[in-house]
Amino acid sequence: MQNILQMKGIVKRFPGVLALNGVDFTLRKGEIHALMGENGAGKSTLIKVLTGVYQMDGGEIYLAGNKISIGSPQDAQNNGISTVYQEITLCPNLTVAENMFIGRESGSWVQQKEYEKRADEILQKLGIPARSGQQLGNCSLAVQQMVAIARAVDMECKVLILDEPTSSLDDKEVQMLFDLMRSLRSEGVGIIFVTHFLEQVYEVSDRITVLRNGELVGEYLTAELPQVELVAKMIGKELDELSSLHEVDETKEEKKEIFYEAKDLSSSEAMPFDFNIRKGEVNGFTGLLGSGRSESVRAIFGADKVNGGTVKINGQQVKITKPIEAMKAGIGYLAEDRKRDGIIAELSVRENIILALQVMNGFFKPISRSESEAFADEYIKVLNIKTASRETPVGSLSGGNQQKVILARWLLTHPDYLILDEPTRGIDVGTKLEIQKLVLKLAEEGVSVTFISSEVEEMLRTCSRLIVMRDRHVVGELTGKDLNQEQVMKTIAGGEAADEQEK
Amino acid sequence: MDEKMIEKLKSQKTYRREPLTDTQLLMTITICIFMAMYVLAMVFLKGGFLHPQQVFDMLNDNASLIIVSCGLTIVMIGGGIDISVGAVTSLVVMSCVMYLNNGGNIFVSILLALGIGLAFGLVQGFLISYLEIQPFIVTLAGMFFARGMTTILSVNPQKAAHEGFAKLREVKIEIPWLGYYAKNGNLVPARMELGVVVAFACLIVIFILLGFIRLGRNFYAMGGNQQSALMLGINVKKTRFLSYVISGVLSGISGYVFMMHTGAGNATNAAGMEMNAIASSIIGGTLLTGGVGNVAGTFFGTLTLTTIKKIVVSSGLREPWWQSITTGGMLCFFILLQSVVLGYRAKKKKA
Amino acid sequence: MSKKNDKKFSLNLGQLTIPIIAILLLVLFNLFRDPSFFYIGIAHNNDGNIVLSGNLVSIINGASELAVLAIGMTLVTAACGGQDISVGAAAAIAGSVFVKILKSVPSINGFTVLVAFVSACIVAMIFGSFNGTLVAVFKIQPMIATLILYTCGRSIAYWINGGATPTVDSPIITAIGSFIPGIPIPTPVLIVVAVAIAFKLLFHFTSLELFTQSVGINGSAARLNGINATFMKLLSFILLGVCVAVAGSIGVSRLGLINHETLLLDVEMDTILAVAIGGNNLGGGKFKISGSIIGAYVIQMLTITLYAMKVSSTDVKAYKAIVIILLVVIGSPVIKAKFAKLTAKSKFGQPKQPAKGAD
Repeated sequence: MQNILQMKGIVKRFPGVLALNGVDFTLRKGEIHALMGENGAGKSTLIKVLTGVYQMDGGEIYLAGNKISIGSPQDAQNNGISTVYQEITLCPNLTVAENMFIGRESGSWVQQKEYEKRADEILQKLGIPARSGQQLGNCSLAVQQMVAIARAVDMECKVLILDEPTSSLDDKEVQMLFDLMRSLRSEGVGIIFVTHFLEQVYEVSDRITVLRNGELVGEYLTAELPQVELVAKMIGKELDELSSLHEVDETKEEKKEIFYEAKDLSSSEAMPFDFNIRKGEVNGFTGLLGSGRSESVRAIFGADKVNGGTVKINGQQVKITKPIEAMKAGIGYLAEDRKRDGIIAELSVRENIILALQVMNGFFKPISRSESEAFADEYIKVLNIKTASRETPVGSLSGGNQQKVILARWLLTHPDYLILDEPTRGIDVGTKLEIQKLVLKLAEEGVSVTFISSEVEEMLRTCSRLIVMRDRHVVGELTGKDLNQEQVMKTIAGGEAADEQEK
Repeated sequence: MDEKMIEKLKSQKTYRREPLTDTQLLMTITICIFMAMYVLAMVFLKGGFLHPQQVFDMLNDNASLIIVSCGLTIVMIGGGIDISVGAVTSLVVMSCVMYLNNGGNIFVSILLALGIGLAFGLVQGFLISYLEIQPFIVTLAGMFFARGMTTILSVNPQKAAHEGFAKLREVKIEIPWLGYYAKNGNLVPARMELGVVVAFACLIVIFILLGFIRLGRNFYAMGGNQQSALMLGINVKKTRFLSYVISGVLSGISGYVFMMHTGAGNATNAAGMEMNAIASSIIGGTLLTGGVGNVAGTFFGTLTLTTIKKIVVSSGLREPWWQSITTGGMLCFFILLQSVVLGYRAKKKKA
Repeated sequence: MSKKNDKKFSLNLGQLTIPIIAILLLVLFNLFRDPSFFYIGIAHNNDGNIVLSGNLVSIINGASELAVLAIGMTLVTAACGGQDISVGAAAAIAGSVFVKILKSVPSINGFTVLVAFVSACIVAMIFGSFNGTLVAVFKIQPMIATLILYTCGRSIAYWINGGATPTVDSPIITAIGSFIPGIPIPTPVLIVVAVAIAFKLLFHFTSLELFTQSVGINGSAARLNGINATFMKLLSFILLGVCVAVAGSIGVSRLGLINHETLLLDVEMDTILAVAIGGNNLGGGKFKISGSIIGAYVIQMLTITLYAMKVSSTDVKAYKAIVIILLVVIGSPVIKAKFAKLTAKSKFGQPKQPAKGAD
């Protein structure tokens, strides 16, 4: 097979982070090539380099053997590289046909009829169930996605990048998308498929490239790479020297009282699940991105609309439908998306630290300036937050320090139960370790902690119990001697080992 | 390929009746409400509402408002706002009247009107699009500037005393078959001012621009989702710039039409016109958030606003405050209606 | 309104840079033009009281309503990311209620004035909650939502007083509008100080500032930290209602009559401008009340300077517009970036590629 795209030794630096470290990637004509990796692996950076959103700091890109440089998204399009993003980048207020042709027509007049005719032809050819005259916003998300693909196809793209196209689609819609991808493949289009759904990768892709921590792990034929091994390659097997931070004494764990217990808890985003945590226990939800691990903890905190289920805290039934109710019940929640759901970027470190405590104290009992300064200073010292001063806007801190500020915010409320969703994402190794140690220290003090991380070894080091999720369902619970890489990966990947572990 | 499933999906998702686009839906609502209102007025209030002249009066009085609203609709579709339109109208009236009174000629006065509008459009468009300053502040300054310049030209009302212009003003289009017989038995034909013709011309041009010209569709794309528009290869800065230029030029035209209607320049001319224009656009189904709207809707929006005022007067609420209180109520009704209708749509789609 | 703490004194005024520079420029300009502009005299007014007079006094006095409104508008801007354009109309309503109550009581004394003011406050807060509900609950853009009251507010004011422009004649009202006997400082100035202190206390004794900013900057994060964003937005409009009532009452007291059409005409535009000049982002988020107050005085100083230069009151707008444009152009992100690039170039001797963001 012929190579249409070759990326060689791509390097991309961000302030303080080496996001891509000499990554190679090759795409052949008429193949579906899955690009895999967990959070922070560098796949979205690689895509953005390829689409001209970022400029690379080193490396070369060849298209059909010719070296090209990509300076802007427009350049990428002109070279026949089209991208369809998870968030649809079309205009929902225009019709399907307009969305397919706007921005690339010639002449001043809109050839509505002509566009609609051509659009209908393409839609029919690709089997997309949409009509050219429909307003795009009235179509389902899947169809909108396909319209974006149809636009790309009509622009005679050689390389089609699908960035997490399936995350908001249901099973049927995914199948429709796959059929479309297969028919494009047969026409010789090279498709880069970025996703976190393993089953989908195995169903549709020909080849897999795995990235981890900004480096290339390897390129494999899908048929020759067992699922468990893929997971291992993504998550990383090598345990570092600090692998064992603690020893879990299972009998001791059993004696602790249950602090929080949920039955059939469900929310607008999460399927019903059962869950409990003991006082001073550290447990974790594991599973790949999109497996429902974040949605589950959001349901516990009342971050999404809670639909049903009963919740008991210290044996007492309580109602938690809003974050404030969870906070009053002694629960703290560090959200997965630090920028969107965590920091208030323009406010100072001090204001960010006292925010949650202030909300719990209530509107009419503000924390005094001197008190808040004392709190801020204390936590800046305890957590070793690197900031110019406590009045520095938190947005100007590095990712790791922002995360520590949010941790400080929740620690200040002295929670009984702390939920940490990806607290170590996108931060440096030193801080990661600090956060893990902190989690264990909290547990010793009797705080219950639920910990989520994309890196399994982190969870193995800190958690005494792991709840494994796949496709939005709990598929296993691992404790004691089962808490090892192999077992976790087997359970995540699905298959023989999972069922035996249920108690 | 699972043919069966695709067939099933096709039958579910597409081959039902084509739903209206947001623009069409909101416009339809406005037109229906306007029609219903007018018919009810004809049935219950009778009087002037039975004469076609009523409609022509409404058009004669509001020709310049219609023109300005067209420009504002374009800006709003693109996701912006232009509150300088009323003040620019007023400045154009004053400038042209003074120019004509100082022995100018009509042709040049028209160029002057267009030039002033264009200048405002260019400067405001540049500041907003290329220097990325908030449109509200820029056009607020534009409004202050135009109002200030108007009074610098003349604080006192100026009556146009130009002969040629007086003749031009007199030109009325008479439509005998829509006229009525006065009490003395004479036929009074329906009269329409020249300004109305200009307003209709503007309406048609803008309607074509928005519906069939690439630039027009780009306005919608930009207002619908600016980021997407950029990704789809639209020059967003240029498109935004042009939206303000068009609005400026239309303000210039509106000024001339206003002058033809009143025949005099006054510092308080077109006071509050910008808000009336915004209200017309909103009632006509334009969303300030951008991407949705049409000048046809705006036209009916203007008529709806005027009709409600006439109805208030005819139904005996003669105190001066009732007009704007009902206008406010009307506006509230339409704003809430839009919010609820579109909210319901979004919810239905999600479910 | 946080003070700079224990840092070495520096010229970094942050948000206040632009309004302070604007004031300094105006002061310098006037010093250069005519130093007697700053003369503060002592005069006797019609009632025989000793009062302060001069341009500075009329600037500070004349900006009172604007300053009060700017305080409330800053909160609304911060929480909702939009502006209330109905403040002038709402002030006319509040003023009408104020006068209506005073006309209907047998005698005007301190107590009845208070009753009238409280009634005006309540009415203005009700209209504020109407706007606030549209914005916070129905998620309508503030400008559109308040367009309703902007359209009909002055007519409602007219209606309240039954189509008249009644006058109130009372020494108390005169005292509120001009001077309290024995105090040489105009009363409206004292009221501004009182309102500013009241808000300062409000910020001190509640978490208003922190919560409002959090909602404005990052609504999603604010929600996940248990803040009720809807309530905060509504509250900002209600507080603006109080400011509106104060401004309306001052305006009525100055003239001793309510004219629904001219009371605080076009004040909404000046108010928004004051907020913008104060360095507050009109898109919401972090705010500084002090900036907006300074912004109000900048506007008034500009106006009075122009008057002093014999520009007629109607023409002032044109010059104001030019100053506004100059200010916002200097402050525009594009010009700032260009300027930064230029200085960077000259510093390092070679063009440096700035770190580019994602979009």
